[in-house]
Amino acid sequence: MKDVKVLGPGCKRCQATQAMVEAAARDLGLEVAVEKVTDYAEMAKYGILATPGIVIDGKVVHSGGLPREEDVRRWLQA
Amino acid sequence: MNVPVTSLRQVGKSQAAWFAGVAVALVAWFAIYGQLPALARWLVARMPIEQGSPLMTSIEFFFYDTPKVLMLLTLVVFAMGVVRSFFSPERTRALLAGKREGLGNIAAAHLGVVTPFCSCSAVPLFVGFVSAGVPLGVTFSFLIAAPMINEVALGLLFALVGWKVALTYLVFGLSVAIVAGWVIGRLHLEGWLEPWVREVRAGALEPEADHCTWIDRFEAGWDAVKEIVGKVWIWLIAGIGAGAFIHGYVPATLLSGIMGGNAWWSVPAAVVVGIPLYSNAAGIIPVVEALLSKGAALGTVLAFMMSVIALSLPEMIILRKVLSLKLIAVFIAVVALGILGVGYLFNALYS
Repeated sequence: MKDVKVLGPGCKRCQATQAMVEAAARDLGLEVAVEKVTDYAEMAKYGILATPGIVIDGKVVHSGGLPREEDVRRWLQA
Repeated sequence: MNVPVTSLRQVGKSQAAWFAGVAVALVAWFAIYGQLPALARWLVARMPIEQGSPLMTSIEFFFYDTPKVLMLLTLVVFAMGVVRSFFSPERTRALLAGKREGLGNIAAAHLGVVTPFCSCSAVPLFVGFVSAGVPLGVTFSFLIAAPMINEVALGLLFALVGWKVALTYLVFGLSVAIVAGWVIGRLHLEGWLEPWVREVRAGALEPEADHCTWIDRFEAGWDAVKEIVGKVWIWLIAGIGAGAFIHGYVPATLLSGIMGGNAWWSVPAAVVVGIPLYSNAAGIIPVVEALLSKGAALGTVLAFMMSVIALSLPEMIILRKVLSLKLIAVFIAVVALGILGVGYLFNALYS
């Protein structure tokens, strides 16, 4: 099971990103645990400079702006 | 072995399609743009309004300016979207880390103009910069320049008011960001950061390799158009409405009395009025255009505009998460002083 974290203070795009990750996981039939990180200190530890960020199994795969759907699928399947 | 070749060919093909599409769109853009004044006059002439009345002047300004500004905005935002695809906050940080003050401030202010940045990312960006060893003052130069020299405002000023004013805005915006950041750096206020910010050791994220194709860049431009134009059009129309009112009804003598170069108090008044006002940069430009045409002094108008754009309450509230109140007060004071200086200098230069 993949451990996915969505990093963002709760702005619109962060929520949209979380929804995208969840929808993509459902489509692919993958089991994932999606966690939302809204604490700035926690975010800073991952070194991202722009929100929303996506961390999968401890690795930053995306930061800044809405990701593309095909990319989200690729990251989840990797 | 065939697969990569065909996929490369496809990329080449759709890239050519994008280039052709952009070229056609540009030609159509200029053709339509040239016809706008005639169109506005034609529309107004069809209305039952007295020729030459203030109402007529207002309505004609509105009919002419609305499509004009929307078209300009689309063009500017698309171009900036493409330019910004060459920059990312990660790369900017890599460029600035370990830079000394002085040169670092200058570089940071320039990068602040072109690096994609949204105010909800202000905190992660701030923490990321400071913890990667970008000096506090240099970080501030970036944070001041990013909202103050708004690329949309710059493009619209260039098109509506002229290149001289646009260039002045750019040069003085950069100067304020550089000097204000440098002053904050000299004051050595690191101790006024919120404690957790000093303790955080950010993981170093490698700047991503640049694998953007031209298709990606054009798409980034188009995404920016959809997002920004979709968001600001209502501000723009409100701004044009205000501009149209000024244009038709406010007598020039009134404005040049209040906002002219002779009234020494007009610059600080413009800055103070501008701080709580929070408008989108796009909305303020039609107002600037109308004020200038009525004889308001350039320095006063620019001071008002920068104060509205650069010092905004929502951003201060976000930054409170990392800065102590004292540091926020210093930030506001230094930037406001910078804007004041620009206002006076300009009124002196251009009167």
